[in-house]
Amino acid sequence: MDWLQQLINGISLGSIYALIALGYTMVYGIIKLINFAHGDVFMLGAFIGFFAITRWEMGFLPALIIAMVLCSMIGVIIERVAYKRLRNATRIAALTTAIGVSFLIEYTMIFFRGATPEAYPQVLPNKNINILGANISSQTILILIVTIILMILLQFIVHKTKIGKAMRAVSHDADAARLMGINVDNTISATFAIGSALAGAAGVIFGSYYTRIDPLMGVLPGLKAFIAAVLGGIGSIPGAMVGGFILGIVETIVSAVGYSLWRDAAAFVILILILILKPAGIFGKNIREKV
Amino acid sequence: MLQVNNIDVFYGNIHALKNVSLEVNEGEIVTLIGANGAGKSTLLKTLSGLLKPKQGTILYNMQQIAGKPAQMIVKNGIVQVPEGRRVFANMTVEENLELGAFLRKDREGIKKDLQHVFELFPRLEERRKQLSGTLSGGEQQMLAMGRAIMAKPKLLLLDEPSMGLAPLIVQQIFEIIQTINKEGTTILLVEQNAHMALSIADRAYVIETGKIVLSGTAKELKESDQVRAAYLGGM
Ligand SMILES: Nc1ncnc2c1ncn2[C@@H]1O[C@H](COP(=O)(O)OP(=O)(O)O)[C@@H](O)[C@H]1O
Ligand SMILES: [Mg+2]
Repeated sequence: MDWLQQLINGISLGSIYALIALGYTMVYGIIKLINFAHGDVFMLGAFIGFFAITRWEMGFLPALIIAMVLCSMIGVIIERVAYKRLRNATRIAALTTAIGVSFLIEYTMIFFRGATPEAYPQVLPNKNINILGANISSQTILILIVTIILMILLQFIVHKTKIGKAMRAVSHDADAARLMGINVDNTISATFAIGSALAGAAGVIFGSYYTRIDPLMGVLPGLKAFIAAVLGGIGSIPGAMVGGFILGIVETIVSAVGYSLWRDAAAFVILILILILKPAGIFGKNIREKV
Repeated sequence: MLQVNNIDVFYGNIHALKNVSLEVNEGEIVTLIGANGAGKSTLLKTLSGLLKPKQGTILYNMQQIAGKPAQMIVKNGIVQVPEGRRVFANMTVEENLELGAFLRKDREGIKKDLQHVFELFPRLEERRKQLSGTLSGGEQQMLAMGRAIMAKPKLLLLDEPSMGLAPLIVQQIFEIIQTINKEGTTILLVEQNAHMALSIADRAYVIETGKIVLSGTAKELKESDQVRAAYLGGM
């Protein structure tokens, strides 16, 4: 059963895209900014995890948590330093800034450690498990479990906690949220913190799965996660998850049927198709009433 | 309770409020009437901390609140029901009401007030699990008011609660405003519907192009020729 195996590979690749896409979509939902530096936070997460594992000799889970905590702080700093003052600026100014922040992170990283890739240590048990005739590595399954737990946690935060409700309120109508006594600035920072933590987690997961990281590693997955977010309907959390999984599965299938050179192109074909056929995405936001 | 003294508010270089002064005493229903674009919403936004006056003071229980952050103003008991309701359409009725109580920590009190909101607006209880975007205009107005009550207001600011609603619903809404007032909440009611507003208010102000042009008891204004000509359809 080769297909089942490919499907599971696709889902685990997709889960990484989904984790990154969540940050894109949450930030877009709340301040209508495509945070192009988000892929670089993913890269920083991978490196933080790398240092945690190699220098501080941590296991996978502690490294994951450290990367999430530090990335959430980095995300908040980026928001406070670069984006906050642009709240009332034009979208193009904010977008340009985001691209600038992205380059700044990438080339600061290269400046301090060079551009050479790093080999990620093997931290997850790598055994092959036979499920329904398909050979699936234990890594794949662990990664899937971790991402699903993170997604459930996110759903819980967004729907059941006060900060999550504040996030939904602010993304729907910031002034109305202010009238409820919600501190909009803090809510936006919390959104960056959560989105960046998920990107950091994705970085560590990516590193331990694909075993190679470098300072520009965030560019392509970042772009693809952005496409996943658009595919799902930018601003929609379930959309980012579904979009990420679809993209991962499509890419894996494209390689599996022998077109592996076309793998990266598949994402862009999907982007073009979605922009032509359903620009609002699968879970496209229903139009807000303006009275 | 509330004293607005000579405030000036700008949007860029648009001078939206010009030397506006107004007073609301504890227990009153005060109404501010004026045509579209006169500056009514601007005044309420300034009171709620969404806009900062360039000049003048806003005293609430003798404390200066002009330019204070919105959450602090809500915490102090000034709560607004904004124009056009602005309910969170992507959330249920119940979640909207919970957001009204965002700054409160007294669980028991919140529960009691939720029951009270459901007594005032039984429709909301029937629809508590429904997305608020699916409610009718009148129900959304009730929800916006219920949400404000959940914040435990001492001074409730209402921005055109009758806007776009059928006369029968407007009647209901105005009865509830009076009930809320009798229960001890002071009310500043902004309206274009001068007839309804003057019928329940104690005192009234008239605003035209950013300036207060008339003030007095509701009875005086109802009888004033100027008001009758401009706002009561010349009756
Ligand atoms: N966000 C804004 N930017 C610029 N001008 C505004 C804005 N909001 C309102 N105005 C202007 O301020 C004046 C008062 O508006 P507003 O307070 O909304 O009036 P009202 O609530 O009495 O209808 C109007 O001339 C309006 O065009
Ligand atoms: Mg108005």
